[in-house]
Amino acid sequence: MATTMQAAPARVDSRSAAVRRRRWLAEVGWKYPVGLLLVFYAAFPLAYVLSAAIASSGTLTGSTELFRSVSAANFTALGDTQFWTWMANTLIIAGATAAGSVLMGAAAAYAFSRFRFTGRRGGLTALLIIQMFPQMLAFISIFLLLLALGNVVPALGLNSRLALICVYLGGALGTNTFLMYGFFNTIPREIDEAAKIDGATHAQTYWTIILRLVTPILAVVGLLSFVGAFGDFILARIILTSERNWTLAVGMYAWVSDQLNANWGLFAAGAVIASLPILTLFLLLQRYIVGGLTAGSVKG
Amino acid sequence: MPDAGTQGSPPRLGGEPHARAWRGTGWGFIVKLVIMAAINAVGLAIVWASYVEGSWGILVGMLALTVAADWVYFSKRSLPSKYIFPGMAFLLVFQLFTMVYTFNVAMTNYGTGHNSTQDQAVDALLIQNERAVDGSPAYPLTILQRDGELGFAVVAGGQVQVGSADSPLASAPDATVDGDQVTAVSGWDVVDRATLLGDQALQRQVLDLRVPVSEDADDGSIRTREGTRGTVYRSMLEWDPQAETLTDTETRVVYRARDNGRFVADDGTALPVGWQVYVGFDNFVRGFTDTNYAAPFWRIAAWTFAFAILTVATSFLMGLVMAIIFNDPRVQGRNVLRMLFILPYAFPAFLSALLWRGMLNANPDYGIINDLFFFGTRIEWLNDPWLAKLAIIGVNLWLSFPYWFLVCTGALQSLPSDVLEAARIDGAGRWRTWTSVMPPLLLISTAPLIIASFAFNFNNFTIIYMLTEGHPRFTDTSAVLGHTDILITMIYQISGVAGGRADYGLASALSIIVFLVVGVISAFAFRRTRRLEEIL
Repeated sequence: MATTMQAAPARVDSRSAAVRRRRWLAEVGWKYPVGLLLVFYAAFPLAYVLSAAIASSGTLTGSTELFRSVSAANFTALGDTQFWTWMANTLIIAGATAAGSVLMGAAAAYAFSRFRFTGRRGGLTALLIIQMFPQMLAFISIFLLLLALGNVVPALGLNSRLALICVYLGGALGTNTFLMYGFFNTIPREIDEAAKIDGATHAQTYWTIILRLVTPILAVVGLLSFVGAFGDFILARIILTSERNWTLAVGMYAWVSDQLNANWGLFAAGAVIASLPILTLFLLLQRYIVGGLTAGSVKG
Repeated sequence: MPDAGTQGSPPRLGGEPHARAWRGTGWGFIVKLVIMAAINAVGLAIVWASYVEGSWGILVGMLALTVAADWVYFSKRSLPSKYIFPGMAFLLVFQLFTMVYTFNVAMTNYGTGHNSTQDQAVDALLIQNERAVDGSPAYPLTILQRDGELGFAVVAGGQVQVGSADSPLASAPDATVDGDQVTAVSGWDVVDRATLLGDQALQRQVLDLRVPVSEDADDGSIRTREGTRGTVYRSMLEWDPQAETLTDTETRVVYRARDNGRFVADDGTALPVGWQVYVGFDNFVRGFTDTNYAAPFWRIAAWTFAFAILTVATSFLMGLVMAIIFNDPRVQGRNVLRMLFILPYAFPAFLSALLWRGMLNANPDYGIINDLFFFGTRIEWLNDPWLAKLAIIGVNLWLSFPYWFLVCTGALQSLPSDVLEAARIDGAGRWRTWTSVMPPLLLISTAPLIIASFAFNFNNFTIIYMLTEGHPRFTDTSAVLGHTDILITMIYQISGVAGGRADYGLASALSIIVFLVVGVISAFAFRRTRRLEEIL
């Protein structure tokens, strides 16, 4: 940049460039190394579990040398365990819970948002109060209830996946209605009225018009219900008693609590596979999540 | 299921009766009919099954639900309930009922040794105290089987008698006998000795089987110890329903039914099986005074609060600082950074906790944290009371900082720019803006989430149980509790739902205390957030 012909301005230039660089370093530049450090903090455990999953050794011993060996041994070893059964159980249970929660929550939110009926305010207040109490706190009476139900209808008793889904659905209205109610209220009522004037019934309005407009909140509620059921341990642990019916959370806990060292390769390979559905969902629905989170849901 | 039926009928024309306006059935109506038929079928089947079982509570509940469903979906006057009913039905049964039932259980001594009614306790005690009758002959015995039911055939005085647990011994004249062995009985299959020896489950069933000698229970019953000879057993206890006493026929000790659900003798000894009674607030008192539970309870309660507060504070602060740093348009590649930052959030929490359990292993050969970051020192992360607590908060920070990063980024981006501009015009510097103007604005949108997160972590069973299981154990109590247990894991441990000694009453009483704590915090929080909103 500095030329012999225009020495003076160039010196000014380079001085101001130096000032700019210093300012850039002070205000922006330092953020990159900090960012790198944070990425390392966030991603290091995941890199470690990936390394343990593709290691040829199946134990915790020596797993501290990252990516020393590459083999599919741990993944093929999963085939000798109940892992795939647990995976299928988990996906079925979490999928059914998510679908049911979305359907029931959206229907209830639609009613509270669009109809004026006696008991509406009372119902909303009751839901607000119920929302404060996590369903899982009542796990003892859930256990006793299913014990009694099982004597009458074995399909709804202990050790039934259907019963676990029903229990999760019992918590659906309390957790999701308010989140969805707020979103439904942002859809202008004029749209409903226009549809009504055009001859649509309330059911047509709901299924074909409103549900399409609230897709973002349906995605968020579906994702959160799925993640909630996917990761739940306490209810799944006490309800599903036989190994064949376990979910991933129960089964993989059993591996690690039983023989941490010996089962480590299995656990790592299983963890990599088990995290894929959730990771995929998160990446697919990323644009909905940020808005949905601030609207009042919580994890962690 | 919301009503899809009315779409078949056009709008009603000036006062024409509903039946006239009928223009055939729409698809929606057929679907609705099929679904309702299925619901009614299932409902009535459950009602019938509970009638057969004698479970009156389930019968009444299911009948009410079925009738309500029919009313809601076939009545013209219940439009909103058509949308609310499905969720409400599940909510009523699996959340509201269970909460109320928790209160009910908390008032009882329900648990191991107090499982059932007094009658069932008496039956169990009579069976437990059976002894072989002195001088009773040992009858040659053969084991029989039909449809999964076991029975005995005994040869007594040349006669074959057959019976099972439900039907007392009766003579079977058509049975064929070979010496002492019964070889065939009509209606039964004979279980041969080889089958019995090869099947342990069957052996246990045979040892448990009691075939009454006659309809009169005092005559005793036939039992066997090895599968070839049967002896008459009779209970050592005698039940007097009028006086509600059990008398030991040998020692003549009288055990009287007491209010606390046990049979107790005058010298204070109690029989092992009791029954369920209401004990009022005893369980609450016990939680605070019982020598086994009182001291751990206070320590665990304190740690629960400390854990919930610290974990929310650390992860919120970290997320906030990160959001402030990276919510800067001059930083390139923010989308990539954000995706990498939220990786821990997108990894299932239970897997993260289990993963860190392996990473924090004390042995540097196993635990990568000690190996890489502490130069191979043997630090007992999960076995030292304080380090284990630190580890839990650290792991939870890793799990939840991305959540707060996302939330705070969203909150920062939606800050009202006019307020910030006004602050600048009034002469507030950058520091002043950060300390005095931003926090109240940020808190409006994040305060409800902070409270919700606190309530969630107060009951964060997964992280504690997956990472430490409450270990290291307290050494000064016999209760199976540890330094990192929080209230919900303590309740889980005491309840015994996952095996071990069950004490549903005490566990329910403790969970009601947690209910109250969470409720008070939430109520307080909702009032405060409303106040924050009123400020602006």
